[in-house]
Amino acid sequence: MTSGPLKAGLVPRSRSRAVLTHAGGLHARPAIKLTQLAKRFQSEVWIALAEHGPWIDAKSIARVMATKTPYMATLHFVAEGNDAAEATSALARLVESDFADDGNGG
Amino acid sequence: MEGDTAAVVCLRGTPVSAGLARGRLVVLADDDPPPSRERGSVAEESSRMQAAIASASAELAALTERVGEAEAQAILAFQVAMLADRVVTEPAFAAIEAGVAAEQGWRTAMDLQIREYHEADDLYFRARASDLRDMRDRVLHTLRGVDATAIAPGSIVVAADLPPSRFLEIAWDGGGVALTQGSPNSHVAMLARSRGVPMLIGLEQADLRGHTEALIDTDNAILVVSPDGKLAVDFASRQQRAGIARAEAERYLNAPAVTASGERVQLLINVADGSELDRLDPACCDGIGLVRTELMLRNAADLADEEKQYQAYCRIVRWADRRPVTIRTLDAGGDKPISGYTVDGEANPFLGVRGLRLSLRHPDVLTTQLRALARAASRGLLKVMVPMVTSPRELDRARVLLDSAVAGLCKERVEYAVPELGMMVEVPAAALAIDLFDADFFSIGSNDLIQYLTASSRDSRGLSPLHDPLQPAVLRLIHEVVRHANAHRVPVSLCGDMASDVRCIPALLDVGLRSLSVAPASVARVKSAIARHRVATPTELPLA
Repeated sequence: MTSGPLKAGLVPRSRSRAVLTHAGGLHARPAIKLTQLAKRFQSEVWIALAEHGPWIDAKSIARVMATKTPYMATLHFVAEGNDAAEATSALARLVESDFADDGNGG
Repeated sequence: MEGDTAAVVCLRGTPVSAGLARGRLVVLADDDPPPSRERGSVAEESSRMQAAIASASAELAALTERVGEAEAQAILAFQVAMLADRVVTEPAFAAIEAGVAAEQGWRTAMDLQIREYHEADDLYFRARASDLRDMRDRVLHTLRGVDATAIAPGSIVVAADLPPSRFLEIAWDGGGVALTQGSPNSHVAMLARSRGVPMLIGLEQADLRGHTEALIDTDNAILVVSPDGKLAVDFASRQQRAGIARAEAERYLNAPAVTASGERVQLLINVADGSELDRLDPACCDGIGLVRTELMLRNAADLADEEKQYQAYCRIVRWADRRPVTIRTLDAGGDKPISGYTVDGEANPFLGVRGLRLSLRHPDVLTTQLRALARAASRGLLKVMVPMVTSPRELDRARVLLDSAVAGLCKERVEYAVPELGMMVEVPAAALAIDLFDADFFSIGSNDLIQYLTASSRDSRGLSPLHDPLQPAVLRLIHEVVRHANAHRVPVSLCGDMASDVRCIPALLDVGLRSLSVAPASVARVKSAIARHRVATPTELPLA
């Protein structure tokens, strides 16, 4: 049940980033899509507003909302686990597509 | 209706969703006192908690199915997602472990999280506190086994705050809502606006026991309880007129703007940072007449980020779907400072280094923006407009910078198009010598033009009579600009508040304007005002 900041010394397996062009910022609707997508991966997934964190559990809507990410902020993703690369690239794609519905059940 | 009529009570509030409504008064109790019951073992309380969360989720999911619109579904989906998040629910289980009943554990855990949202600086996040209260109360009700009291369709609901999910369960049918608390940015206010349910917030407190009927009048910002006969009759006729006017305006929303004398008027919208576009259908307008980039680029890093700007402009151009989009270069300064860019400590910032004056002092920043704009111009009909132009030389310098930005892109083989370069006409010196400006188009900024012309600050409330947009000095100056532009076939538009003010529409059309840029919420009303007006022939003009 540990979530939140990445532990010191943890080496990220995969990273990505994307600019949030969603009007108004990371509001409820995009935050739900983002966490739903993150939960599909078995890897642990974190999100941050700066390159070096602080890192937030990307599977928790409460934590993701609490980042209060504004419009045009850069989101950084880190994932650790077997499907880490898929997770970070899927999350970056989601943000880049401005949270478009893309037939993957979201 | 009853023989023994209660005395009329009139309470003031702040309108957040306009309209007139009358119906049966329903006062919702703040909160029901917790029923006394024996606390079970930790395991029992924990499983009651689990069950209540699950059944609240199921109720919300069922409600999501029933409500049609995406906006309402998103609000409910947020609550469902929060209930499914262990970060949210875990503290309640921890409290139960520590020995409290499920009700208390849940309330304590939720109240803490609600407070965090309630104290947020950002209005959007502050407003989410009410969604969390909604979720808290639904789970509490399930725990207590009580059903929400049924509210008859068409009621006037008075409450401290109304949870969005509760709002969605009520059949409004001509009813309305008045809250003693509430926020204009709350989901419930947004839902009320989108469903046309009249709503007041910040209502004065009063004991309303014994009253059975009420009406909400947002024109006068009041809730009238137990209205007397005369009031009710007067209200009914206003309601009828408003209904006709609204239906009339709605008919115009997606139709082209045409005057009663048959002239087509180009109706554009003003856009702040692009966030409002998600909720708008481009079919309601002929394009975008003003994008205020200073609301989009908020810090020095954004000003230097060409790629980020390019993406943001492309997004707007995409939305416009081949309609023209006029993007104004940074109009920082005055009441819109950007830290690290605007000049601090000016004695009179409105008359200081702002708009194009500031941009010309930072040619690198302006060039970055012009490059991003020229690149986005390859994706649609994008035009560039510069603000606060005072002398022709300033406009010429802006054009030189645009030309060299374009030349740079050409050399780098980056995709671009050369956008038209127009100017805001908001400084009287420019308006009075409009023939000296070599602009591809003009856009009259009536707010600043009036403030500079009348030497009276916009924020000075006591001076508001001096800001009358219909005073002769203002109309004559606008007339001159339009006459010059029309005679030389330079497109001219007006993008200030005046264009969204239906009282001003006849005068603007009569001085020859055929292009207006208005607030998105005013589109239907302005189109209907245009349709009602028969344009005066030149000899009828009071100004001629």
